Amino acid sequence: MNTRGKVFKYPDNVDTDVIIPARFLNTPDAKELALHCMEDIDPEFVKKVQTGDVIVGGWNFGCGSSREHAPLVIKTCGIGCVIAKSFARIFYRNSINIGFPILECAEAAEEIDADDEVEVNFNTGVITNLTTGKTYKAQPFPPFIQNIIKSGGLLKSLRESENNG
Amino acid sequence: MGMTMTQKILAAHAGLDKVADGQLIAAKLDIVLGNDITTPVAVNEFKKAGFDKVFDQDRVAIVLDHFVPNKDIKAAEQSKICREFAGSHCISHFYDVGKMGIEHVLLPEQGIVTAGDCIIGADSHTCTYGALGAFSTGVGSTDMAAGMATGKAWFKVPSAIKFNLTGKLPPNCSGKDVILTIIGSIGVDGALYKSMEFTGDGVHGLSMDDRLCICNMAIEAGAKNGIFPVDDVTMGYLNGRSERTPVVFEADTDAEYERIIDIDLATIVPTVACPHLPENTCPASELHDIEIDQVVIGSCTNGRIEDMEAAYNILRGKEVAAGIRCIIIPGTMQILRECVERGWYTAFIDAGAVVSTPTCGPCLGGYMGILAAGERCLATTNRNFVGRMGHVASEVYLASPHTAAASALAGYITEYKGV
Repeated sequence: MNTRGKVFKYPDNVDTDVIIPARFLNTPDAKELALHCMEDIDPEFVKKVQTGDVIVGGWNFGCGSSREHAPLVIKTCGIGCVIAKSFARIFYRNSINIGFPILECAEAAEEIDADDEVEVNFNTGVITNLTTGKTYKAQPFPPFIQNIIKSGGLLKSLRESENNG
Repeated sequence: MGMTMTQKILAAHAGLDKVADGQLIAAKLDIVLGNDITTPVAVNEFKKAGFDKVFDQDRVAIVLDHFVPNKDIKAAEQSKICREFAGSHCISHFYDVGKMGIEHVLLPEQGIVTAGDCIIGADSHTCTYGALGAFSTGVGSTDMAAGMATGKAWFKVPSAIKFNLTGKLPPNCSGKDVILTIIGSIGVDGALYKSMEFTGDGVHGLSMDDRLCICNMAIEAGAKNGIFPVDDVTMGYLNGRSERTPVVFEADTDAEYERIIDIDLATIVPTVACPHLPENTCPASELHDIEIDQVVIGSCTNGRIEDMEAAYNILRGKEVAAGIRCIIIPGTMQILRECVERGWYTAFIDAGAVVSTPTCGPCLGGYMGILAAGERCLATTNRNFVGRMGHVASEVYLASPHTAAASALAGYITEYKGV
């Protein structure tokens, strides 16, 4: 599993209110919500984003509200992966639970620039900046979490383990 | 090496004698909570995965509080999804208009959560219930769906920061000033993935409302949970209220903490968090000439009876400054009723404030007090992110009910100096 695309770069403490403002949370429809992804921090984002693109954030990415709508809209927009120096814990958990890959790698998050072309291999955790040629290695997930992501999310993995048990 | 209070609750709920920092566990849940924004997503996931019944109809709580009474047609549809799900699964703790309150004010008040519990809620401020000596943390909708289906959740066992509290708060300060001071000192990710365990002699002088407020904003320091030891104040609050028997856990004396922070409560001053992060704090007395357009007193952080009392004591017989919209939101119907019965409701109206039925409304920029471009609000809520209460070019300052009420009278941000 991998993704390849252009980078959207954001600062530290990107909160879920700017990822998907609460004024739009009167619907659970992911496609409708995705039209407003990152609207309050980067109004151009939804116009520019293409399938496979990558978001690079700083420390504490996804802080604030527990809204699962946040990783969901990023995923629905076509973003293949978020790389950050660190993630807020509920965003981290929600991403895993919906089967959306995120990688913690401070060095990559520091050095990769906006509009760089990057390739990310989720199995190895290797991030390649195709623009500069530099590679980085993110901490791989523990096997328990890898299984959830591989199954396509928490509920699918629960169903699989029920069927196997 | 011993376990922290949080680790002991998690071990007990995972059926293990011992757990350690970083260990992945599956824990049994006492309560699974959702609101009108997160529950519809959970219901969708629950159905999509083919689940047809909840693990225990008495252990699921669904509270309509963010956008009710329904703010628009779409919000009405979301509430309807919650109502239909609660109805078809016979959810006993379902709270709709007329009975509802802001979830984190309501659940402790109604005795639905208690000491020793392991609780998840699809709302980040679920960490509030740590004030009762429970492990309680915010999760997303998928976790809520899985929790409703199986009665379990996976956790990575957290390490902890210990806050050793001594002394007594000054009369113009409350739990809000304590937690804002802490967040200002350790930062919005200062407790990322960790427990914040509050302990020390100073704890006993903190009311339950102070403790609920402090734990409520643990998430604003990135924490997994905040937790207080169970003492006489806790038992006094739980007795006659708690649906289930409280279970008391204590941290081991040789528990290991990543960090120990000493706080003398007597040194706390009225504190304000400036835009656009809760860590941008400074003493209210250092802010000059910051004019405001709106004051909000309420939310899951400060919508409790002591918060209403603080507002009443400051606003009674006075008048809100010209041009200030002062919005007061009691956290539950019971608190609203007490405001009416004690004559506070009338005093608020006489002071020129407006009183709303319970709702999260303005805190998250939903409705009932949205800001226009360039407007500024001083709120007792919990977040001051960009666009949190409305337009991206509006500003939110966070403070205690004392500071908020005094500022409503002044028309600019000021500390309450007492009578």
